[in-house]
Amino acid sequence: MTDTVLIETKALTKSFGSVNVLKGVDVQVHQGEALAIIGPSGGGKSTFLRCLNLLEQPDGGEVIFEGQKINQKGVDVDAYRQKMGMVFQHFNVFPHMTVQENITMAPVLLKKKTKAEAEKQAVSLLSRVGLLDKKDEYPRKLSGGQKQRLAIVRALAMEPDVMLFDEPTSALDPEMVGEVLSVIRSLVKQGMTTVIVTHEMGFAREVSDRILFMADGTIVEQGAPGALLDHPKEKRTVEFLSKVL
Amino acid sequence: MTLTTVIQNIIKIMSRYWDVFLIKGVSITLALSAITVAFGAVFGSLLALMKMSRFKVLRGLVTAFVEFIRGTPMLLQLYVGYFIVPLLFPALGLGTFASIAVALVINSSAYVSEIIRSGIQAVDAGQGEAARSLGLSKAQTMGKVILPQAVKNILPALGNEFVTIIKETSLASTFFVGDLMTAYLTVKGVTYLAFESLIIVGVIYFVLTFCLSKLIGVYERRLKQSD
Repeated sequence: MTDTVLIETKALTKSFGSVNVLKGVDVQVHQGEALAIIGPSGGGKSTFLRCLNLLEQPDGGEVIFEGQKINQKGVDVDAYRQKMGMVFQHFNVFPHMTVQENITMAPVLLKKKTKAEAEKQAVSLLSRVGLLDKKDEYPRKLSGGQKQRLAIVRALAMEPDVMLFDEPTSALDPEMVGEVLSVIRSLVKQGMTTVIVTHEMGFAREVSDRILFMADGTIVEQGAPGALLDHPKEKRTVEFLSKVL
Repeated sequence: MTLTTVIQNIIKIMSRYWDVFLIKGVSITLALSAITVAFGAVFGSLLALMKMSRFKVLRGLVTAFVEFIRGTPMLLQLYVGYFIVPLLFPALGLGTFASIAVALVINSSAYVSEIIRSGIQAVDAGQGEAARSLGLSKAQTMGKVILPQAVKNILPALGNEFVTIIKETSLASTFFVGDLMTAYLTVKGVTYLAFESLIIVGVIYFVLTFCLSKLIGVYERRLKQSD
């Protein structure tokens, strides 16, 4: 982890109708940091994550990525999204493309790589996550865990500067959680900047450098994993942890 | 009137007027339907795009148009086409057939636009989000991710629209355009054998739509297999 701030939000607000989901969130994510966000459902974790790459347009505040405020008119959001990989709870792999096409489509279409380069990269990414033998299959033949591993390498193929994980194991059968977490773990070890919204407390403790506890649209408490999980200071945090740990 | 006489009459009618039904009637019905579906698909796609655009006025106009088409009888729309189209474009010198075809296309494009719009919106929203998160533009997302999946929803419904149109072109016989139903009117007028002529026309309509439905069914199963 370095001191360089990769992503920063200032006073981020977002509401859906009359519900204020984010009530002014300030967060800094440093280069190479693994940041975990935990908290009760409906607390704004996913919305916050989706505001970082503007899949959700914030109502107020700033999202600053690599020194550039990206939530303003005139910014080529698509170009910035290329540098922010995202992995979803429900995988969202493309069912009409083979496993390899899932990976090569974006880099080739966006002219980051030639077809041959992209295919070579796909092979190496797939072997990294143990899916090389599925290269020419369609995603319907994959298990949930395999789909999620594919979704991760699909995002990695764009060679992003940060990876955003939105509850990547919540839709998985219990026996498949491990294989997905181990891929994320190895990414963190390689120094990839990572923001992960998760309900896996053990995993958050193990891999993250810092944990944010979010509830009711604000960051209630944050700190190093051990400090936050074992010695929470805020009442709201204690309450939540007593239910999940 | 016994069954035997009916059958004898049908054979008699067919031996004299088979070409009126099978050649002229069928070809004009099929031509009218094909024109309607083809142009309906083109204009329907445009309407669907307009309906999903971010311009409120455009969306409102399309909604009003679709509601109007769905809320008025087809026969009324054909009358409007029959009277209005030649008045609007006198220079084109459009005859009855063309005027009726225009009216059918306008009608069908409204229905097709709804088929296409619902086919596109049936694609899981997560697909579009995943594509956008990779950095694809809106148009690239539509072309590479949404439409290829939406086609599987759209094509079978479009086939059913074709079947519906074949039956609905019978209304065009009101204007004697030479379709199957016109063939019925013509032969009935000459032979005074209304019931027998109706049976013949009914059987032909059924064979046309039944075969088409089966073809669509085969195609639909093939689409499902690749899913």
